[in-house]
Amino acid sequence: MDAEMRVLDLLGLQGLIDTLRARGYAVVGPTVRDGAIVHAPIATIDDLPRGWGDDQDAAHYRLRRRADDALFGFAAGAQSPKPVLFPAEELIWRGRRTGEEFTVNEDGAERAGDEGPYALLGVRSCDLHALAIHDVVLLGRDHVDVRYAARRAGAFVVAVTCTAPGGTCFCASMGTGPRPDAGYDLALTELLDDGPHRFLVEVGTPRGEEVLAEVPTTSAPAHDVRAADDAVAWSVAHMGRTLDTDGIKEVLYANAESPRWDDVASLCLACTNCTLVCPTCFCTSVEDVADLTGDVAERRRVWDSCFSEDFSYIHGGAIRPEIRSRYRQWITHKLASWQDQFGMSGCVGCGRCITWCPAAIDITAEAAALRWTPQPAAGRS
Amino acid sequence: MTIQTQALPKLAVWKFASCDGCQLTLLNCEDELMALAGEVQIAYFPEATRAVVEGPYDVSLVEGSVTTPEEIERIGQVREMSRNVVTIGACATSGGIQALRNFGDIAEFRSVVYAHPEYLSTLARSTPISAHVDVDFELRGCPINKHQLLEVLAAYIQRRKPRIPTYSVCVECKRRGAVCVAVANGTPCLGPVTQAGCGALCPAFARGCYGCFGPQDSPNTAAMSDRLISLGMADDEVMRIYRTFNAASEPFRRESERHEPARDEEALT
Amino acid sequence: MSMVEHLHRAGTSPETLADPMRPRRYRIAHTRQDTRDTFTLELEPTEGPPLAYRPGQFTMLDAFGVGEVPISISGDPARGGPLEQTIRDVGVVTHALITAPVGTLLGVRGPFGTSWDVSLGAGGDVVFIAGGIGFPPLRPALLELISERDRYGRVVLLYGVRTPEDIIFGDELRSWAHDHGIVVGVTVDNGQHAWRGKVGLVTQLIPRAGFDPRNTTAFVCGPEVMMRFSAAALADRGVRPSRIRMSMERNMKCGVGLCGHCQLRELFVCVDGPVLTYDRLAPLLSSREL
Repeated sequence: MDAEMRVLDLLGLQGLIDTLRARGYAVVGPTVRDGAIVHAPIATIDDLPRGWGDDQDAAHYRLRRRADDALFGFAAGAQSPKPVLFPAEELIWRGRRTGEEFTVNEDGAERAGDEGPYALLGVRSCDLHALAIHDVVLLGRDHVDVRYAARRAGAFVVAVTCTAPGGTCFCASMGTGPRPDAGYDLALTELLDDGPHRFLVEVGTPRGEEVLAEVPTTSAPAHDVRAADDAVAWSVAHMGRTLDTDGIKEVLYANAESPRWDDVASLCLACTNCTLVCPTCFCTSVEDVADLTGDVAERRRVWDSCFSEDFSYIHGGAIRPEIRSRYRQWITHKLASWQDQFGMSGCVGCGRCITWCPAAIDITAEAAALRWTPQPAAGRS
Repeated sequence: MTIQTQALPKLAVWKFASCDGCQLTLLNCEDELMALAGEVQIAYFPEATRAVVEGPYDVSLVEGSVTTPEEIERIGQVREMSRNVVTIGACATSGGIQALRNFGDIAEFRSVVYAHPEYLSTLARSTPISAHVDVDFELRGCPINKHQLLEVLAAYIQRRKPRIPTYSVCVECKRRGAVCVAVANGTPCLGPVTQAGCGALCPAFARGCYGCFGPQDSPNTAAMSDRLISLGMADDEVMRIYRTFNAASEPFRRESERHEPARDEEALT
Repeated sequence: MSMVEHLHRAGTSPETLADPMRPRRYRIAHTRQDTRDTFTLELEPTEGPPLAYRPGQFTMLDAFGVGEVPISISGDPARGGPLEQTIRDVGVVTHALITAPVGTLLGVRGPFGTSWDVSLGAGGDVVFIAGGIGFPPLRPALLELISERDRYGRVVLLYGVRTPEDIIFGDELRSWAHDHGIVVGVTVDNGQHAWRGKVGLVTQLIPRAGFDPRNTTAFVCGPEVMMRFSAAALADRGVRPSRIRMSMERNMKCGVGLCGHCQLRELFVCVDGPVLTYDRLAPLLSSREL
């Protein structure tokens, strides 16, 4: 969309939230809870993390007060919008058994369609790319996750340029940010200078344009467009981490027997946190729950993780009993085999797996170490 | 009615050295108790009823650890009378908080605590039920989780294996959308090495995990301790964090012993 | 590609998408005990046509309230009768499946996965190598071959089991050998009980099987270690790795490439497999715990 750029002030942002709510959207955006930025229902701009920033490093996350009133002055929050469209737990079906018969009498897909539609406010470019990846993984192949489809189809996306990258961010290396480039209905860039607190607005879809038309905006002056570009440039220059993606697939495939895996395994807690905060990790399991008689049963789809021992269990034992093989599976999938499977990287450089790893394991450091580790001869003993 | 009662599986609940908390979890099932009463015959459960139905029993829930010679004998009898023995809670599964005695001198405790220690017949160590008899299933927790207990009972009623996950507390913590207290607040938390089951109760209320459900299936306790130390814990504090409800579970016992101050002194000399 | 395009490619709007996780209901028409721990269920759909499948494919079979497991189809794809699935009693769900009374409804999803494509072997020799419960998934391929027996050269079936009591489809083995000129070699790990046949690994039968390696297609199914050694032995004798096809087993929760459990590096075993060629698998099987 090459629509004219607009400018929105704080009242305008409130107007945008009001318009979305009036159109029936459940607006979900960033807010402060339990010492972190999390996603929650948003009714007013006062729900947003005004004046909050963050410090992030491996195994370290702290909110801090900013010197200004920025509403989006923080890096990646505790979770991407993944839990909104792809919840940690959801019903697949519920059924009842009578004697030898059973019937499926509740379908989770219908329920998923009834929740929304959601408007996701404040989606960062990294998470926007993750959303596009989930679209390919969950909707772009022969078999489709119908519950994700139901939520995703109606979702309205208001992206926000990241102007406060954190210590674990590396979207610039992954080519996934910091400025939203596609996949949004509207994209905002927060401008905090001597002028009024305002947002440059870019329109991504006709639907976005339609919504914006109902919100008070002004035409964007050239210096605001420039200011947004400058904010992006500053952001690119302030990424806390980098990841060299050149030939990374070959590096990982060639390192299947690297001694480095033992080093990581000595640190890795196999706690699953990296996978559960990753905006692209999509592995799930099914859980069956039955009442005491076993006559009422339901099947649920729940987030799972390749770091749990049970994940690879087949009769006779787990395929990956050792933590080293689980870490290898994860990072190889993320950076290498994902390319073969989906034609893209599985990592968007949001840095959450680094920040929220209680053991401070760093995917960028591991990738770099593998690149420079001498490779042992392939083959098994 | 009589015919139906005879057809129901017979459930017994036994108490060994314990606080009764896990048995109370069963009584706290409230809504589900009526349904349960329709599916099993509660044949022996002194905490709930004085009625006693003779064994053998289809399922015996065993609470508590073995701490006296009398209990060794009694658990053998329970095993003989029961088709399935299911331990409930940290005491029965790993020895419980009372297994702290395993790290000390029982004779000394006895002389300090009791006026007439000669009347006392107790064992030097508190041991889990599995140290004495075959156990069909061990349900973790201090106390156990009601939903997990109902799942285990449903499994035995339906003659299948219980579906109890063995992954870490972190899985439940993230699934419920809690913010990691270790990362966001520097709070020491045993969640990464502890088995799920509580629903990440403590982290959801801004507390670190105390390890009530014992070690997860792949507990990297050495790495956990390194992180605890980097969060500012002293060695003896690290030792103590493992020495609570599951102090005698193998991974926690071994890790706590690595951080015994005495051991450090030995290493130095 | 945009979200809308993806849905368009899936052929429909979100409201009408078929849910691959929702089971069809099948009734157990017959349960046959094959060995002490292995049973074959015959299943008939409660509504709609019988399941159309290709040899080598599997279904996700659901015992109500207990759970769901991937099970290979062992019937004759041409016969169109009830769906036949052979199950070994190894876990909670399999136990519930084999002990369910005749008449019980089971959930069935599928068929999923790739096929043996046995006709790729036409015009040459064919070797089937089966280990234990790996035999039933090969049966549909054998039956397909037998239906056009004259298109194939020498056909060998090498079958390894733990004990003579574990031999599945024993009567059929004899008739295939007798009526269809299939060379059948059976070996057991443990040969007590008056067993007069061969004792040892199934790979030991390969050298004397008498096929022409340069013009042979092989179909291998069994425990992974057995398949790895069999494929290596076949390749050593000169069978082209691209013509050695094996059926991989991994943990599967969905069967449709969504749950991620069955990944073998870049492969989703449930949709890219279970039948895969040795040239593709060899590099993946050479790393432990991949």
